[in-house]
Amino acid sequence: MSDHYYNAADLSKFGNIGEYQKELADKFFDWYGAAFADAALTAKEKSLIALAVAHAVQCPYCIDAYSSDAYEKGYSEAQMMEAVHIAAAIKGGAALVHGVQMMNKVKDISM
Amino acid sequence: MKSLKSEHNILADAHEQIEILEHGANHDDAFNLVPFQQKLEGIGLYPLKPTALEIFQINVGKMCNQVCKHCHVDAGPDRKEIMTRETMQQCVDVLAANPSFTTVDLTGGAPEMNPDFRWFVEEIKKANPQIKIIVRCNLTIIRANKKYYDLPQFFKLHNIEVVSSLPFYSKDRTDRQRGDGVFEDSIKALQMLNAVGYGLPESGLILNLVYNPSGAFLPPSQTSLEKEFKDSLKKDFDISFHALFAITNLPISRFLDYLLQSGNYEKYMGKLLAAFNPSAAVNVMCRNTLSIGWDGFIYDCDFNQMLELKVDCSSKHIARFDCNALRNRSIVVNQHCFGCTAGAGSSCGGAVTV
Repeated sequence: MSDHYYNAADLSKFGNIGEYQKELADKFFDWYGAAFADAALTAKEKSLIALAVAHAVQCPYCIDAYSSDAYEKGYSEAQMMEAVHIAAAIKGGAALVHGVQMMNKVKDISM
Repeated sequence: MKSLKSEHNILADAHEQIEILEHGANHDDAFNLVPFQQKLEGIGLYPLKPTALEIFQINVGKMCNQVCKHCHVDAGPDRKEIMTRETMQQCVDVLAANPSFTTVDLTGGAPEMNPDFRWFVEEIKKANPQIKIIVRCNLTIIRANKKYYDLPQFFKLHNIEVVSSLPFYSKDRTDRQRGDGVFEDSIKALQMLNAVGYGLPESGLILNLVYNPSGAFLPPSQTSLEKEFKDSLKKDFDISFHALFAITNLPISRFLDYLLQSGNYEKYMGKLLAAFNPSAAVNVMCRNTLSIGWDGFIYDCDFNQMLELKVDCSSKHIARFDCNALRNRSIVVNQHCFGCTAGAGSSCGGAVTV
């Protein structure tokens, strides 16, 4: 066990989670592969969604993987940054829209 | 930008490149990649043997009007290695005597810059009118000088199949890899080719494009990318072409230099290894191809040629061409071969698996 929580080399070991519980890991990776395959959305479109979500959930492994994947699939730097802004906008908006809840509460208790 | 050779860069030396591929950037074995040979042994494919002698690829010289950052040939205007007419004649004689070759694939450098290029094409056609001739045209050569403006008509006259590099359908990625202004000139050249019928669905004049990644990553799905290229080039520039070949960059010469300079070498090699595809290994292009160098020496492929790894048999030069020896040879492999077996595989004709 290293003395830090994140290690870039661990990303390539993701598949090893099957060592402790193969059946569930197999199901996860099968489903993951199917979810990212070309279907109603293209694999390329899904990659950009994954990049945005990776930023929203702030997963360094996912950001590493989908920055490469989206660029490899042909998105430009500007397109990728715009996707990150969408993630940020939703996260920022999600915090800010709770301001209405705050306002409601204050209005409830104030004279 | 100059060639590695003119800059006296240590990577201009093929032996130095092989040392790095086998023992890592510092030659100290600190970076250990599974040997390619071992991967082939694991799937019963070693020694790697030819399946047929069908494609005769000829590198007519290293001179080029471009200096691309990823070029495995280290080609450029400062390279003077050019195939002579005498060596070309020896190639024509071999093609006339060996009808198993169905395709001649002319590459470089910019093959059109060889002063005997047109003579060579005409002689090949005289020797075997049925043979398919492919020219790997970098597109900008057509616009480089007045004397090349009629190349589309010349290609058409001899029914040559044109395979052209266009790293991407946008200016930014193309120019970053191939130099400022290359995208614009390439688009104009493609329009000139379309104007004489190349790339049009019913014309029979084949125009294929080559994509290769502008960085340390593998190509995406060739099928998806072809659709994007077709849609984008049609919409933005009214350009048509037949097929897109997605080719992986091999860690040789200038691309190896880029990988080392950018700190991507080990990660890239790891990526190629992780993506090793046994089906791609079965279909690698060196199994039905011979590669002839500008000086007449024979190699298993253009990459081995640049690493100066000659064929492992008695028939090492076009002047001593021995079909049987070449058909029974074992193909020379090394760590760079992982580039042809990664993912969907890679060849001069693009992916080798569906």
